[in-house]
Amino acid sequence: MGADLNHTGEKLAGWEEQSGVIRVPLCFPGKLKCCSLRSVTFLLITFIGVLFGAGFLSPRKPMLGRQAGAWEAGGKLDGLPAGKLSRYVVFLELFLQTAEKHFMVGHRVTYYVFTDRPGDVPSVTLGEGRQMVVLKVRNYSRWQDVSMHRMEMISTFSRQRFLHEVDYLVCVDVDMRFRDHVGVEILAPLFGTLHPAFYGAAREDFPYERRPQSQAHIPSDQGDFYYMGAFFGGSVAEVLRLASACHQAMVADEANGIEAVWHDESHLNRYLLDRKPSKVLSPEYLWDPQLLGWPAVMKKLRFVAVPKNHEEIRSP
Amino acid sequence: LSALASPAARPTELLTLTPWLAPIVSEGTFNPELLQRIYEPLNLTIGLTVFAIGKYTRFVQHFLESAEQFFMRGYRVHYYIFTNEPAAIPQVRLGPRRLLSVIPIQRHSRWEEISMRRMETISRHIAERAHREVDYIFCLDVDMVFRNPWGPETLGDLVAAIHPGYYAVPRQQFPYERRHTSTAFVADDEGDFYYGGAVFGGRVARVYEFTTGCHVAILADKANGIMAAWQEESHLNRRFISYKPSRVLSPEYLWDDRKPQPPSLKLIRFSTLDKDTSWLRS
Repeated sequence: MGADLNHTGEKLAGWEEQSGVIRVPLCFPGKLKCCSLRSVTFLLITFIGVLFGAGFLSPRKPMLGRQAGAWEAGGKLDGLPAGKLSRYVVFLELFLQTAEKHFMVGHRVTYYVFTDRPGDVPSVTLGEGRQMVVLKVRNYSRWQDVSMHRMEMISTFSRQRFLHEVDYLVCVDVDMRFRDHVGVEILAPLFGTLHPAFYGAAREDFPYERRPQSQAHIPSDQGDFYYMGAFFGGSVAEVLRLASACHQAMVADEANGIEAVWHDESHLNRYLLDRKPSKVLSPEYLWDPQLLGWPAVMKKLRFVAVPKNHEEIRSP
Repeated sequence: LSALASPAARPTELLTLTPWLAPIVSEGTFNPELLQRIYEPLNLTIGLTVFAIGKYTRFVQHFLESAEQFFMRGYRVHYYIFTNEPAAIPQVRLGPRRLLSVIPIQRHSRWEEISMRRMETISRHIAERAHREVDYIFCLDVDMVFRNPWGPETLGDLVAAIHPGYYAVPRQQFPYERRHTSTAFVADDEGDFYYGGAVFGGRVARVYEFTTGCHVAILADKANGIMAAWQEESHLNRRFISYKPSRVLSPEYLWDDRKPQPPSLKLIRFSTLDKDTSWLRS
């Protein structure tokens, strides 16, 4: 279907405002108004003490190995020495610095940083038309809970703020860096990104939630792709819809005493099966060279995981 | 820019994506059942405009009958037939949820003038009426027939169709308007495809802007005493360079039956009726 399944999944209510980027003008005969793309993009970074490392390529199949550091941090939040927290600050700084070079250059960007520790957020020099907004949120003792509550936070803040402020929302993990162009080619009413470990796999091998008791359940004969939770987005209305739906599904699961195998990512995959994204980003947009190398088919590695030893080296 | 890609393991040999990430729709690039499942619940209404002026009224019957068979089957459709002779429009039996409105318009003396006024007429029609009645609208030539399904794979914000005469030809050979004095002027190094004036469409708001923009450009030319080489098709092409379509239809959706069907085009869906044009334009 390519880039342009541009329908937003809702009936165009006559002449009113469409959800999606292009604001439709009221039709007055004789009045010509050009619809231009307002590229105001808000990058939502989840920066909460325990989320790092857990987001990107957390253990899937044994062959990929575990990122032990993340699990440790997740399990022991309260016990973490203050020094170790500075790792997260370094992630953010690296993230922002590389985003300044590669992400939506020339467009208006606001980085929304969700954090439980606003005081730790570094000040990074940002380019013209670019700003950072720090949003204080609560923490959770389990990193899985943090991951799951992302959807709740995104939907809450979308409703309260983003819907009135921006056109597009891009939701990414922070333990990453940009190393090549990521621009307006990604923008669409709703987009997901192919998980780099599964883009060549058959759908039966996708790590979907397979237990029928979960809202995220997908049977083996269904599924288009396996999307990664670390990079998705779209118009605010669509992201709000996605985040709300996923959050509600997770609440239902919790009430039924079940937690999806890959948490919010499982629910994201269920959602994108039912409401197909209008654009899909290749794994160029979400890669881990340390784990996956650089196969010839990947012409560019645009957004990559920060290697563990790199950030360990940089922490005091 | 040719629409033929270098050979690869693809369902067709046609290009399937433009450089600005608009899909180029042809058989094999989409799954009709899947699209049906997605679009059907949206309860969309699709408008379809045709102009049947003077002798062109004789094409309406065949056009409508073929549309009933192949155009957006299962969807709500509203045909808008613009004509100077409402009495000459035949009664054609329509399926359920399909409506037809005959809209009288003035006849102009020269066929070029008739052709050029279409943009203005469509634009006004949308402003006055169609914006309330349809979600998407297609503007087609009437001297054509549908031969195979034309469905929701064609729906997009702004849709153009590749002209069957130029899909395999380099851009320098596209019959763009080349005189600088025209607002439809296209330079040698400009242009993505040559689109046919016989098919365009999209969301009703986008088509309104598009047709209004073309009309304004046509008026400007008129004030400067120039008429573009291929009338509104020249202006349509100029505009589609500056305001790129979000979806492009392969020549399956706009074919010329006088041409032999190449193997790369699997399913001709909408094509010309062979006709002697000089007789019609007299």
